[in-house]
Amino acid sequence: MTDLSSFANRASSVSIRDLSLSFGAVTVLENLNLDIRDGEFLVLLGSSGCGKSTLLNCIAGLLEPTDGQIFIKDRNVTWEEPKDRGIGMVFQSYALYPQMTVEKNLSFGLRVAGLAKDEIDRRVARAAGILQIEPLLNRKPAALSGGQRQRVAIGRALVRDVDVFLFDEPLSNLDAKLRSELRVEIKRLHQSLKNTMIYVTHDQIEALTLADRIAIMKSGVIQQLDDPMTIYNRPKNKFVAGFIGSPSMNFLKGELVDEGGHIAFRTNGVSFSLDGYQASEALAAGRKVILGLRPEHVKVDSDIGHGETHEAVVDIEEPMGADNLLWLKHAGHTLSVRIGGERRYAVGTKVRLGFDMSMASLFDAVSEERI
Amino acid sequence: MSDTSTLNATTAGIDAMSPELKVRSSLNPGPRGRRPKRVLSRRNIFLYGILGLAALYYLLPLYVMVVTSLKGMPEIRLGNIFSPPVEITFEPWVKAWAQACTGLNCDGLSRGFWNSVRILVPSVVVSILVASVSGYALANWRFKGSELFFSILIVGAFIPYQVMIYPIVIILRELGIYGTLTGLVIVHTIFGMPILTLLFRNYFASLPEELFKAARIDGAGFWQIYGRIMLPMSLPIFVVAMILQVTGIWNDFLFGVVFTRPDTYPMTVQLNNIVNSVQGVKEYNVNMAATLLTGAVPLIVYFVSGRLFVRGIAAGAVKG
Repeated sequence: MTDLSSFANRASSVSIRDLSLSFGAVTVLENLNLDIRDGEFLVLLGSSGCGKSTLLNCIAGLLEPTDGQIFIKDRNVTWEEPKDRGIGMVFQSYALYPQMTVEKNLSFGLRVAGLAKDEIDRRVARAAGILQIEPLLNRKPAALSGGQRQRVAIGRALVRDVDVFLFDEPLSNLDAKLRSELRVEIKRLHQSLKNTMIYVTHDQIEALTLADRIAIMKSGVIQQLDDPMTIYNRPKNKFVAGFIGSPSMNFLKGELVDEGGHIAFRTNGVSFSLDGYQASEALAAGRKVILGLRPEHVKVDSDIGHGETHEAVVDIEEPMGADNLLWLKHAGHTLSVRIGGERRYAVGTKVRLGFDMSMASLFDAVSEERI
Repeated sequence: MSDTSTLNATTAGIDAMSPELKVRSSLNPGPRGRRPKRVLSRRNIFLYGILGLAALYYLLPLYVMVVTSLKGMPEIRLGNIFSPPVEITFEPWVKAWAQACTGLNCDGLSRGFWNSVRILVPSVVVSILVASVSGYALANWRFKGSELFFSILIVGAFIPYQVMIYPIVIILRELGIYGTLTGLVIVHTIFGMPILTLLFRNYFASLPEELFKAARIDGAGFWQIYGRIMLPMSLPIFVVAMILQVTGIWNDFLFGVVFTRPDTYPMTVQLNNIVNSVQGVKEYNVNMAATLLTGAVPLIVYFVSGRLFVRGIAAGAVKG
């Protein structure tokens, strides 16, 4: 993985200051601030309608913000034309010009800019080499497969020698196998080019695998901006916790109680020791909270190290090959638990559960913020 | 276990059959035999009967016109309008084209034909160019008030022409181009705007928006996107617009008779003057030939580009 500390020394590549955008009465983005470091792979993640594509279009200059400013390479580009911003963009629908061959598609922007013929040829050849699409140069987009089309679309951004790459859900139109192949290729591309890349997606796997940092968005507001592991292990609020991870994190509603000098979590008459949990503030008994446990952080039978154990009953078993997913009845809740694929349990089996509280998350029941 | 034994019995039965049949029954258990032929059912006879009658009904006048135009006057006076010509003559066609008299001029429809061509070509070209650019701007470069502008333009399509004739006569007179072909070309161009702009706007709006965005990122401007991205993808809708305009302008009578003078009359006005002249004998054969000549241009356009027309109408109609 990329060493994140090295970014601190570099200049920021894209800066967004107090950006707002509304269409009539509908506010899509509100006072949004974001700094993207030079060479960083930033993923904007959110469900549809959260404003992530709108933000990307603002950066590209395809949408005019209602308020706020955008800087690219320390240059204020808020009122610049898309072509003058030093960006290249890849769209979900590929957006290849249907009447042009692959070569003409790649060189269109360069021809519009009036570059010399040999310079155009050189750049097209380089991009085609990187993306391995040389044999396709004389074909029309209609004669290409989805994966090939998306490669050409990436190539079109590549030939323009830009500072910042913008990806708008580039893999969403591809089937699962091609998607994972191209995902690796995009990561490889970033590793060799070291350009700044901003990538919009609703797919958490793409976000976790590709990103240096992920910005999770909801209703036009960035909920959390952190590296993937922090997002996954220390989500800032319940929304982020529930959005990332499949199956979703288990949420238990309850309250904090004092058990012999130790603060514990109690729900439906069952208490959980909070030993190992690193709270960011002092925990007081009586506070209503939500305990979040990821399926893989609940230990079953032989996986349990030390500490307290609870009893539960297997309700449903979902074998998924590498993993085995158990849905357990426990203290009036249904818990999803991930165990190794080779360990099978019959429905109705009683099991012992252990909880790794150092990996758990605790949220305030009202504000839903992490404690 | 009893299940297995019955299964074995069935397999043995299949083995006993001829090899060809065995392949069929094991691999292709679906329906067998020849594909059934379509029968002349009562429903079909009824359907095709009606269609045939309708076709006949519409073709009969055309038949009468063609037949009459090929007859001499004595034969027409016999009154058998449905009988084929005994003696085929092209004299009426020649007369209609080159000799028929309208007012003072006796050079036939040829004068009107060339007038119509001189009106048609610039009107069609200019109106399609202007409308396609406006449609493109309205679909892709949404400016402030563009929706209002578009609504006003569409309302224009519903105002009856008669309301506007007198004001336009005055405007053209003040501009000093009343009675000239230029004036008529301008009138045709303006009146083609609402429907053509609607057509082009809807077509351009149906093209994927991301193509337009990609072209902007590539640095293409208003005209470059229009000329190099949009135009090459829009052949069908241009054909539709061309057919609409060619037939509309060629068949126009009202504007032709109001905005031109006798020596610049378009073909339709001249045809009317030939057919409705009250002096002398009614030359039915010449009238028929003149009418067929006048109608030839839209007919040819339809036959040549009919398939593109249907495709374009369908393409433009999908999204609105």
